[in-house]
Amino acid sequence: MAKRIEVSGLHAYYGGVHAIEDISMTVEPRSVTAFIGPSGCGKSTFLRTLNRMHEVIPGARVEGKVMLDEEDLYGPSVDPVAVRRTVGMVFQRPNPFPTMSIYDNVAAGLKLNGVRGKARLDEIVEESLQGANLWNEVKDRLGKPGAGLSGGQQQRLCIARAIAVRPQVLLMDEPCSALDPISTLAIEDLIGKLKNQFTIVIVTHNMQQAARVSDKTAFFNIAGTGAPGRLIEIDDTSKIFTNPEQKATEDYITGRFG
Amino acid sequence: MTTLTEDTPPAAPAARLNHVSPSRKIKDRAVQGLVYLSFLLALIPLVSVLWTVVGHGIGRLDAQFFQFSMNGVSGKDPGGGAYHAIIGTLEQVAITTVIAVPIAVLTAIYLVEYAGNGRLGKVVSFFVDVMTGIPSIVAGLFVLALWLLTFGFEFSGLAGALALTILMIPTVVRATEEMLKLVPNELREASYALGVPRWRTVTRVVLPTALTGIVTGIMLAVARVMGETAPLLLTIFFTKAINTDPFTGPQGSLPTFIWDQIADPNANAHDRAWTGALVLIAIIMLLNLAARLIARRYRPAAAR
Amino acid sequence: MTSETGVQAQARAAERRPMRDLGTGRFGDKLFEWAARGSGLLVLGIMAAIAIFLIWKAIPALRANEANFFTAETWDPNATPPKFGIAQLAFGTVMSSLIAMLIATPVAIGIALFISFYSSRKVASGLGYVVDLLAAVPSIVYGLWGVSVLVPHMEGISKAINAVLGWIPLFGGDGVGKASIFTAGVVLAIMILPIISSISREVFLQVPRANVEAALALGATRWETIRLAVLPYGRSGMIGAAMLGLGRAMGETIAVALVLTFVPGINIHILQDGGATFASNIANSFSEASETGRGALIASGLVLFVITLLINMAARAVVARRKEFV
Repeated sequence: MAKRIEVSGLHAYYGGVHAIEDISMTVEPRSVTAFIGPSGCGKSTFLRTLNRMHEVIPGARVEGKVMLDEEDLYGPSVDPVAVRRTVGMVFQRPNPFPTMSIYDNVAAGLKLNGVRGKARLDEIVEESLQGANLWNEVKDRLGKPGAGLSGGQQQRLCIARAIAVRPQVLLMDEPCSALDPISTLAIEDLIGKLKNQFTIVIVTHNMQQAARVSDKTAFFNIAGTGAPGRLIEIDDTSKIFTNPEQKATEDYITGRFG
Repeated sequence: MTTLTEDTPPAAPAARLNHVSPSRKIKDRAVQGLVYLSFLLALIPLVSVLWTVVGHGIGRLDAQFFQFSMNGVSGKDPGGGAYHAIIGTLEQVAITTVIAVPIAVLTAIYLVEYAGNGRLGKVVSFFVDVMTGIPSIVAGLFVLALWLLTFGFEFSGLAGALALTILMIPTVVRATEEMLKLVPNELREASYALGVPRWRTVTRVVLPTALTGIVTGIMLAVARVMGETAPLLLTIFFTKAINTDPFTGPQGSLPTFIWDQIADPNANAHDRAWTGALVLIAIIMLLNLAARLIARRYRPAAAR
Repeated sequence: MTSETGVQAQARAAERRPMRDLGTGRFGDKLFEWAARGSGLLVLGIMAAIAIFLIWKAIPALRANEANFFTAETWDPNATPPKFGIAQLAFGTVMSSLIAMLIATPVAIGIALFISFYSSRKVASGLGYVVDLLAAVPSIVYGLWGVSVLVPHMEGISKAINAVLGWIPLFGGDGVGKASIFTAGVVLAIMILPIISSISREVFLQVPRANVEAALALGATRWETIRLAVLPYGRSGMIGAAMLGLGRAMGETIAVALVLTFVPGINIHILQDGGATFASNIANSFSEASETGRGALIASGLVLFVITLLINMAARAVVARRKEFV
């Protein structure tokens, strides 16, 4: 259930603004890859090009190749809707559907994809909530609105919603930045568990988090205001945090940045 | 504990990047079609209205139409014009604006600058909303009941203006309120910090900043009340003659002119009705257009 | 305006001296605040006065009325003794407005969706302007257009509906007409389209981007995104918009008065000629009304006022309720 991502020569634009420039990298299946870098360096933009969410912003476009195993996400016959079903995403702020119950939130993607039958849905909803380490907390109130949960629980609900459709890849855009430390820990544990089944890419501002959860780390940077973001280097996390190739990476890691 | 393992059967048919189930695609396309269709559907009456008004109205759009009244002209006669009606409409709308704008702008100032979260502010705000929904004929009946039947005044342009005032106030209040809310608080604070009293801050700092927006709102409101017919039937009554005095006696107006001419079965009267409609629409559209141009040209920084 | 006492004048003068430019200080503040508050109170006063004077001027006519005001179908207030009831007017008003709402709401929501989600941002503001133009056309012009363009076209449409849906009493009856309550409903639908669509657009604008993205990221198509994230969130707003449209339609006078041909008595077959509404009846009968006749029209206007007031209040409450979800 996990696939390899190979990006080559990728550029992204917002209208006339060149947001990220010439990015190439490989993300291994069943691993966690963390994207770090200063604000505005394009790491979130890059993440959104991996499930074609970038282009939903009016005027935004992408050039380059993103191969998911053998298929190019930007190939001519590819439907972005199918891409997003294959590459799941978790956002910075938890965004459960406010009018839906916990159960319906998890089942939302399944129903779209034609999963019918109460028993089948029940089973997958439970599995997904188990998978998101949320089942024990919500099993008695599945019919209650998802918006009534705490922030950390909401984020795990969103993860459950994303994994319920069994994506090949799970993208996480600073999933803990709106959460308290205890909820953050719960999510980090969950990431450790999920990587057995999914290819995970996580954007984070928190370098300790990157060090704790990821196998590989990619460092992004910009040359200056207005310049497009670039990938500086990607390597094993332990290498990036102890002995990076690039001086810029080292400066950023050790806090000498800027 | 169950986990998502390899051997769990996939929840959905194995995903391929180019495959979305046909039924989903068809539904998506169908809705898109319906949405486009609904927009086209709305265009039909608009185009048809403008087309017929211009087509029927252009024939009598001559100098005579703007120079003569209907005095001594009967329905079947050619000629005649809407001079009396145009004069009446301009006077009535001018009086309406003079009465309604100060009340409405002050009410908006009260709501934004003074009411805070107080009870009175909420009540006023609620009733301004409710007032927006008053049927125009009811506004006419009210002026009839108060001004004509209780106070004993006669039909006049002023009575019509009073009815229009009731319709204009809520629109201007809402427009002004929106504009005042766009004025950044820093501006007010900067003024207070200089020791400027509150009312001076409002009149010298806040109002000028919001001025173009308010003017736009007023112009749109003027355009709106200008086309009102129903309240005028009950308050200015009818006359075929020129009456330049809006304070005494029945007066003409463009909407009631159209109403009167279309009720007449003769073709010449209908031609006059269409030309009246064309002139009315032209004035209203010009006001609308001017308001939008002003709004675009002098858009305050706060409104993006 | 209150006249100034000597003390106040002195106080003003004293204040003025050190800061000439800033002027009248506290006194001006008080005066201005009261002018503002007074205007707000005036608005409340007008609303109260509308209710009071309509009731007051309706009472004599209602006293003289020899028929049941609420159930009688005749409108004969100029006769001696005067006999009038609002049953037919109420039927015509409610029926034509409901038809208008049922036709206009789906189209208006479609327009709002089109502008908000299906057109590019550059085009969207232009399209919004086009819809606003529809609102700028005065009702007398819609009436004129209705009589000369729409009414002739409605005969065929009405016949078709009668042929297909004739088994429903509402659309039944032999010999359908064109100056019917149904035609009035169609004109009203066009007139209330802009208000329903502009409020729906406002509601759609407030749908959190995060919800839309959540749906997209799950692999939802555009329609599914709207169904998952937009419609549930905007539901109460759209209901409120439809109700406001209903209130508008009920009060609309001139277009209806021009389109309908008056035939006395309630006719359940809305495709046949005839019918009257509160507002159209007032516009049509006013110029020939006696004193009692005017009172009777005021009484019917009062009923219209109360009905639209209730609908508007309910609609505002429903629209406000959407703030529950943040």
